[in-house]
Amino acid sequence: MSVLVDRETRLVVTGITGREGTFHATNNKNYGTQVVAGVTPGKGGQDVNGIPVFNTVAESVEKAGANTAMIFVPPRFAADSILEAADAGVRLIVAITEGIPAHDELRVYTQLKRMPDVRLVGPNCPGILSPGKASVGIIPASFFKQGNVGVVSRSGTLTYQIGNELAQRGFGNSSIVGIGGDPVPGSSFIDIIELFQNDPETELIVMSGEIGGSAEEEAAEYIAANVTKPVVAYIAGFTAPEGKTMGHAGAIVSGSAGTAKAKAQALEAKGVRVGRTPTETAEIAMEILGS
Amino acid sequence: MDLLEYQGKQLFARHGIPVPTGKPAKTVEDAVAAADEIGYPCVVKAQVLIGGRGKAGGVKLAKDRAEATKYATDILGMDIKGFTVHEVWIEGASQIEEEYYASIVFDRAAKAPLVMLSTQGGMDIEEVAEKTPEALARLHVDPLLGFQDFHGRKLAFAAGIPADLIRPVGAMLSKLYAAFVAEEAMLIEVNPLIVTPERDVRALDAKVTLDGNSLYRHPENAALRDPSAEDPQEQMAHERGLTYVKLDGDIGILGNGAGLVMSTLDVVGLAGGQAANFLDAGGGSKADAIVSAVEVILSDPKVRAVLFNIFGGITRCDEVAKGLIEAYGIIQPTVPFVVRLDGTNDVEGRKLLSDANLPNVATATTMNEAAEKVVALAKTGVAA
Repeated sequence: MSVLVDRETRLVVTGITGREGTFHATNNKNYGTQVVAGVTPGKGGQDVNGIPVFNTVAESVEKAGANTAMIFVPPRFAADSILEAADAGVRLIVAITEGIPAHDELRVYTQLKRMPDVRLVGPNCPGILSPGKASVGIIPASFFKQGNVGVVSRSGTLTYQIGNELAQRGFGNSSIVGIGGDPVPGSSFIDIIELFQNDPETELIVMSGEIGGSAEEEAAEYIAANVTKPVVAYIAGFTAPEGKTMGHAGAIVSGSAGTAKAKAQALEAKGVRVGRTPTETAEIAMEILGS
Repeated sequence: MDLLEYQGKQLFARHGIPVPTGKPAKTVEDAVAAADEIGYPCVVKAQVLIGGRGKAGGVKLAKDRAEATKYATDILGMDIKGFTVHEVWIEGASQIEEEYYASIVFDRAAKAPLVMLSTQGGMDIEEVAEKTPEALARLHVDPLLGFQDFHGRKLAFAAGIPADLIRPVGAMLSKLYAAFVAEEAMLIEVNPLIVTPERDVRALDAKVTLDGNSLYRHPENAALRDPSAEDPQEQMAHERGLTYVKLDGDIGILGNGAGLVMSTLDVVGLAGGQAANFLDAGGGSKADAIVSAVEVILSDPKVRAVLFNIFGGITRCDEVAKGLIEAYGIIQPTVPFVVRLDGTNDVEGRKLLSDANLPNVATATTMNEAAEKVVALAKTGVAA
């Protein structure tokens, strides 16, 4: 088992004819993911490395049986592309695009909340990888193998760093889910942790958070009440100054809110062990799982 | 992006929100001319992106031309908590009967705009929220429905606004909400929102934060960015499209991915050092982007050593190595570098570096080792 993406995934890539879209759709296909369609309005009938291109997401669902969409269009078109995929009946939408206006994200989030069958992961995320099964996004899949550690993270490269430390210690992953660094993520830590809790293959959950917002604090409450599997956390940004956006639109300490210290304390108060470095995080995971 | 008070007021005026008449000025002559035009008494207000201007002496009431001249001279060039005053706002003095508070916040936790109203304006609102939470009326708005008139009445009654002001305060909140949505703001705060003896409601202050990701739709707002008010390194990085934040330490940092760079700052901190900057070279950085980034980092004279922390995903380690080698050809850095390359094409990247045999470049295989090395180097100033 794994979460969200697997051998049943039938992926449509919006923005497939762009340079990045072509590159990553092809990578996902080469990994073994069923990439069944691409969408670029006006380019229907073409193909990209053997992947058929349609004019609309609805057509890709109807003719190619797409059930998952990866959004690769530029920020100004991304909200529209997400809503189009949801309207077409796609159940899982993974938005890689970085730089979507916050008010667009808010409208999309509010609309999708009214569509309980649709799940959005991202935006501004590296995607989802279930090693050995499917890769949807830009995670460098060759670093990861199948295993029992579920990883959920707000940051891409930090996920690779922690995942690699685990891999060096012999651990693989059930799934790796990037929820993204924006202020209004479609899926929260809680949403993904719930999936890992219910996934028989996952024995330990690693969550990697960062400064800004209160998602880590909310996850701490949820874990204490609902999660029986061990959770290990890492928080980035202990030395980040107040009022400065640290790369991710959502990574900002406002006054005393959103600090790394407060997040680590909230998690530790609920019995979640927090590593001070990515290395220590992997060591704690190893200690819990036994080597 | 934060706006200066007067920029916020001009934005308010575009949306029909009543604000006192005023004019910005960058020189004493312009300030006095503005004061003459507006009439006395008037207020001379320092325009800086920091609170506590009044306490610092940056807001003065001038009753005549002599005072306006004196205050403009005093305030222009004044330092307020590290911010130099480059501009003042001259505004007609308002008569104040009541001071209220109104704000709209992009509430990330609730994923909805939060509108707040209180009759206890002019004070620190966090203090009001803590000590007398019942004095702060709060309401979340469904972003797809928008702010309705009844929302305004509900907030006004809940906050204890007098009966004759329920309508004007509600109308003010509607306009503030319209501005919040139209301008794609993350925060709009009016403290104080005043009531004049004529029972008119006006915004006497304006704190506006706009969403940087939406500025492409608002060129008139994007143009408000004032490069002269920015730190020189941040300005240089901005022009080059790099994600850079200036910090207080002496160790220059370059990494790929916001999370990894934040983590790098922390690991350097744990090793006893302090980062001079946050720099995310981004995914898929090519050699020329690395050269450009190294130039920005080294333009900060405080930097005594530089750490490259790369975990290659889309970014290829050989491209990063090429960039560093190229940068050495162009700028010949005098400070030591520590380079940690891991991930995509790391072996090729490390080989390029060892073949190039650059002076003062040490390599490391793990993040912790790299941090320890760079902290030691920043202290001694010599590469191992």
